[in-house]
Amino acid sequence: MERMISLFTAIFGSFEAGIIYAIMALGVYLSFRILDFPDLTVDGSFVTGGAIASVMIMGGVNPYVATVAALFAGFLAGCMTGLLHTFGKINNLLSGILMMIALYSINLRIMGRPNISMLNTETAFTKVEDLFEKTGIDTFLNNLLTALGLGDSLPETWGILIMMIIVTFVIKIITDWFLQTEIGLAIRATGDNKRMIRSFSANTNLLTILGLGLSNAFVAFSGALIAQQGGFADVGMGIGMIVIGLASVIIGEALFGTKTIVRTTLAVIGGSIIYRIVVTMALRIEFLDPGDMKLITAIIVIIALTMPKILERSREKKRKAHRKAERPVSFNVAADEEGTKHAAIKSDS
Amino acid sequence: MLQLNQIHKIFNEGSPDEKIAIDDINLSLKAGDFVTVIGSNGAGKSTLMNIISGGLFPDVGEVFISGKNVTNMTEYKRSKMIGRVFQDPMAGTAPSMTIEENLAMAYSRNKTRTLKRGVTHKRRDYFREVLETLHLGLENRLSAKVGLLSGGERQALSLLMATFTEPAILLLDEHTAALDPSRAELITNITKEIVERYKLTTLMVTHNMQQAIDLGNRLIMMDKGQIILEVDEEQKQHLTIEGLLEEFKRIRGNQMVSDRAILS
Repeated sequence: MERMISLFTAIFGSFEAGIIYAIMALGVYLSFRILDFPDLTVDGSFVTGGAIASVMIMGGVNPYVATVAALFAGFLAGCMTGLLHTFGKINNLLSGILMMIALYSINLRIMGRPNISMLNTETAFTKVEDLFEKTGIDTFLNNLLTALGLGDSLPETWGILIMMIIVTFVIKIITDWFLQTEIGLAIRATGDNKRMIRSFSANTNLLTILGLGLSNAFVAFSGALIAQQGGFADVGMGIGMIVIGLASVIIGEALFGTKTIVRTTLAVIGGSIIYRIVVTMALRIEFLDPGDMKLITAIIVIIALTMPKILERSREKKRKAHRKAERPVSFNVAADEEGTKHAAIKSDS
Repeated sequence: MLQLNQIHKIFNEGSPDEKIAIDDINLSLKAGDFVTVIGSNGAGKSTLMNIISGGLFPDVGEVFISGKNVTNMTEYKRSKMIGRVFQDPMAGTAPSMTIEENLAMAYSRNKTRTLKRGVTHKRRDYFREVLETLHLGLENRLSAKVGLLSGGERQALSLLMATFTEPAILLLDEHTAALDPSRAELITNITKEIVERYKLTTLMVTHNMQQAIDLGNRLIMMDKGQIILEVDEEQKQHLTIEGLLEEFKRIRGNQMVSDRAILS
């Protein structure tokens, strides 16, 4: 029973992680949905973000500057993938895989060792935590929770959650705005109908590179923040990140809809949080341990991808059965007769 | 406006599949010319279109648009000056984007794309105004996704998008061939109207002989990569399908091979 931590703390933790990973999911949304480019660079660029941030922070650089530097590093990584695909004419999946592998070594070089601990070091989050503690917002919110009867295990800080809600939504709004600009429209068309937008004087190569750059900038930014939240960067922290991003995008789209860009980006953020909650809940099951997380992720994605089709099919079946039932009686008789005939044949054989 | 000098294009050179696609073609269009191009399958019509648009580059020869040598200019740069409508109604628009967004992208054709909003209030009014000229009611569906439109509606929209920025050259590549007869007629009429309104220099490929005769002021017939017949403005007024087939037989000494061309 020691694994049974308070449900509230677990969900709180899922929200906190989910909202940080949401930035990565928005990046995956840009490449996977907007550009129609399944970009596996994500597994590498996520770590690049964490690596750059941790190395710079340990080197005494201001954590905010380090986080922004990570963003630019991710942008460069994405542009490289774009160059491989457009000018190198390498298949899109393969260009992403090549870049992912290349980044593994590059990340090791950046970090100098497989992992860097940032415990007891000032990060972007410790600064905010201090601020929240000093101003008494934490105490206020925790008192509120105690009053609601949720006082058994209170979150240590509200700072990270509130700051990240603001940061993620600023990024969402920038993304929404960007995708409505003339350049943004052209990037969307590049993913939708390359031939068409090229016939309207758009350089689709450049737009693909730019789109992948932005996508991976988001991913690396998210990686830098996750490293700071967890207090360490690890060269393997990006494994399966693309699948987590996809899971968030697919779950979000299925649950919250895709009517407009504004709605879809919101759905992706929601999907990221829900994914975290599902994983947290799954890990509370006695016989599962953290090592099973990737398997759980894969299963979630498989369910999210297949369920809509299965539901659709069963709905269709029901609809047809309904139609059949409504048909005139004579038809039903004919059908029944046929049915018995078949049955007879079957019993003969 | 458009000038092609001694264009040569060979596919798969040096292999058993070697095929001369374009064989020494010279063609010149004056401003406002509307030339229809007919010919059987494999005559080189589409290759010719692609060489003009920049999708293919000629092995020999030069392409001039508005007096500028564009022979080696990339497709996307050249498309500032060229409006195109494809045969496939799906090809000319972005299906997951709205009508107004599609129009906004077409509107940016001859401008530099910036970080300004693509669809502004002012532009929306303008889009509504140009859509009204199609008489399809699309002006009331500005925020509908283009994927929801019918083939005819999409083709009409493609045509509008290709033309309303008044490109130097308009290329129509069998743009009514994938539509049913009544929709095809509608698009043909809209084409006529738009070309006249903007006084566009147009090159139209078609399989439909009647359409080739009805539209435009000049006609050329292609076969095996060559222009085998040029009909000027005066001759074109008395042209009939029988006359054209007769002419083909006289030049080539055999029947025109495309059943599709005869039937349509």
